[in-house]
Amino acid sequence: MICDNIYEALVFYKDESTALEPGLAESWEISPDGKIYTFHLRKGVMFHDGTPFNANAVVFSIGRMMKNRKLKFHGQGWSVPPQERPPEYWVSMEMDDTIDSIEAADEYTVVFRLKRVEAPFLANMGMDFADIISPTAFVKNPKEFLRNPVGTGPFKFVEWIKDDRIVLAKNENYWDKSGGPYLDKVVFRAIPENSVRFLELKAGNIHICQFPNPADVPLAKKDPNLKLVSQPGMNIGYLSFNHTKRLWKNIHMRRAIAYAINRKAIVDNIYQGMGQVAKNPIPPTMWGYNDAIEDFPYDPEKAKLELAQAGYPGGKDLPEITLWSMPVPRPYNPEGLKVGVAMISDLSKVGIKARIVSYDWGTYLKRQREQPRDMDLFQLGWTGDNGDPDNFLAVLFDGLASPAIRTQWKNKEYHELMSAGKQTIDQAKRTEIYKKALQVFHDEVPAICVAHSTVVWPMRNNVMNFKLHPTASVRMKNVRLE
Amino acid sequence: MLAHIIRRILLLIPTLLGISIIIFFMMHITPGDPAELLLGERATEKALEALREHLGLNEPLHVQYGMFLKRLLRGDLGETIWTRQKVWIEVKQRFPATIELSIAAMIISTFLGIILGIVSATRQYSVFDYLSMLGALVGVSMPIFWLGLVLMLIFSLNLGWFPMSGRLSVGIELDTITNFYLLDALLTKNWAALKDALWHIALPAFTLSTIPMAIVARMTRSSMLEVLRQDYIKTAKAKGLSPGIVVLKHALRNALIPVITVIGLMFGILMAGAILTETIFAWPGVGKWLYDAVLQRDYMVIQGGTLFVAAIFVMINLVVDILYAVINPKISVH
Repeated sequence: MICDNIYEALVFYKDESTALEPGLAESWEISPDGKIYTFHLRKGVMFHDGTPFNANAVVFSIGRMMKNRKLKFHGQGWSVPPQERPPEYWVSMEMDDTIDSIEAADEYTVVFRLKRVEAPFLANMGMDFADIISPTAFVKNPKEFLRNPVGTGPFKFVEWIKDDRIVLAKNENYWDKSGGPYLDKVVFRAIPENSVRFLELKAGNIHICQFPNPADVPLAKKDPNLKLVSQPGMNIGYLSFNHTKRLWKNIHMRRAIAYAINRKAIVDNIYQGMGQVAKNPIPPTMWGYNDAIEDFPYDPEKAKLELAQAGYPGGKDLPEITLWSMPVPRPYNPEGLKVGVAMISDLSKVGIKARIVSYDWGTYLKRQREQPRDMDLFQLGWTGDNGDPDNFLAVLFDGLASPAIRTQWKNKEYHELMSAGKQTIDQAKRTEIYKKALQVFHDEVPAICVAHSTVVWPMRNNVMNFKLHPTASVRMKNVRLE
Repeated sequence: MLAHIIRRILLLIPTLLGISIIIFFMMHITPGDPAELLLGERATEKALEALREHLGLNEPLHVQYGMFLKRLLRGDLGETIWTRQKVWIEVKQRFPATIELSIAAMIISTFLGIILGIVSATRQYSVFDYLSMLGALVGVSMPIFWLGLVLMLIFSLNLGWFPMSGRLSVGIELDTITNFYLLDALLTKNWAALKDALWHIALPAFTLSTIPMAIVARMTRSSMLEVLRQDYIKTAKAKGLSPGIVVLKHALRNALIPVITVIGLMFGILMAGAILTETIFAWPGVGKWLYDAVLQRDYMVIQGGTLFVAAIFVMINLVVDILYAVINPKISVH
């Protein structure tokens, strides 16, 4: 949220989608074999501290995260300080396995050589972790840079009072003269309690209120001083199976659950309408979405039929199963426990006895990964990073790729499609690959797609031009007060 | 007396050591680790491993505890896991906020509680007595969370008398020296900021004060009733002293001894209440900070922060013991 306004990356996501557009790089070329990316940088851009933005700054910014740094600067370069801590996102996105070397070919050209063909690479370069930072400021004090960020973005960092506020000021020398920044100052206040935050908005003490309680949204609609902005979130809340247990290797059992759960009722009552029932694990706004898929209807009779085919007619001989439910609200699931209660009542209607299991969030995440015997079904979800289907489909469900994949579903056909998707650059071809993968997903039901939530934020009427982004970034650049 | 104080301060060392061991092992028995929470849904095995290695979480427990002790001996509480800041700096930023709030709440609860208690005791079984004791019962039973929100709705949103949350309005500048905003405003003679800070502290301090106020009021009442029955009070009355003097000079002084114990122990109640009060009123203090640290498994914050709170708690108890002796010379400190 803060970094979205201070820093910029080589490529930008469009205003309301994850389609890419030129950012600090004006243009780029990809070699025919898909392994060399050449970026041509924008000229005349300055960091907030006066350091000129150039190819060396890019080599420095991205290069500092590499484990084995194969970097080449143009002319007088920078010495890159050693790493404090392994950069989390960089490691999670497996960038060390992707990037081989980075080279400043001239003052405004950077060449990335990759170790492997990685189709989502360009989209990754638009993520926060790939933001370009001022080398001068970083070298001055690497440890404190975190608290004194310097970038090229439309706003400059002013101060941070912990747990209270962060203040940014307009960057008068912003390179893009076609729009904002219009605001002289932006204050991000930390107000942890949802209802208090909303009251502050009602009282007019703040202009925008993020993540209100769902129950406050109708109140905001009625308030003549407020308006709402909404954006279908780039997310999925799902219910999956412990695929290491024999019971869930039986496809009839998985289908029985899919037919038994009334997802529409869950979205209407627990998401309070702020979401839509999902039939694919990627949101409909994303390319690769397979609209031809016919969703599982809510059909207790079919569920009973599947249950009988699985060898448990009427749920007879079926042991009580556990349904893990999340203890914390997440962007993709506002109230995991309530969703869990609704699900077990649906399951009991077809003869499946289930009970809720929950832990605090840290324990939940850790134990889930271990696929313990006492876990049958679990709720979890995902918010996308870069708008690439690979970032949902491979990361969440390709159990053959790594034991760290939370859904340990192992399907060879799916795995091959995921690998093909990564290694194909042409987007039209990739679309076909992912559509096919989604069909496999639907046929095999490794998980039940519950909902894509909609993010709704209330704000004062005089706030103009504020848009929510699917990646949940908060951009103040073009916002104006009337 | 001095020897006693020194001995008590020396006793702090084994006490804190014991606390740190308990906290350390309780923390590590709880499943889930900071690496898991920091990376959340997107944690990969590689990223988890790299982070655990970096944070020293792969070392055996006694080695980790040893490292903590070694740092502690050098006066270093370590670095937080989530914000990568020195724990000491974070303590310095947040502790004054909590102490300021607690002191304000303590003043309100002591002052109002004692008055209520005295009046109830001297007018035992009157309507006032019943009302104030009923009030005290409600005060103890009221959930702080609910009370805070209700006060906010009435006094901030509807009446507009007080601000809703935070320590200082946006737009009011204050040079922080100690991070005690009221003190800083006084030191820099910044009257606008002083007024604004007082205005901000009023509601949260009152919210936080309700439970201790109720306890103090009940304690004062019963202790006063006890004392008022004593012979020396009868003597004083018989001497013809005015009732006011009897109550305030003869009775109150003796009645206050158990009350002071309670006030001393109040710090614990205030710290517990501070978690909720700070959350509602967006008060950047240590209660919310520690609470979040537990949920995020920020071991460094939990260790350093609790140690600090425990030290303060033990010191306050010491001060209370010394106060006894000052108030009542009959009790000598051994």
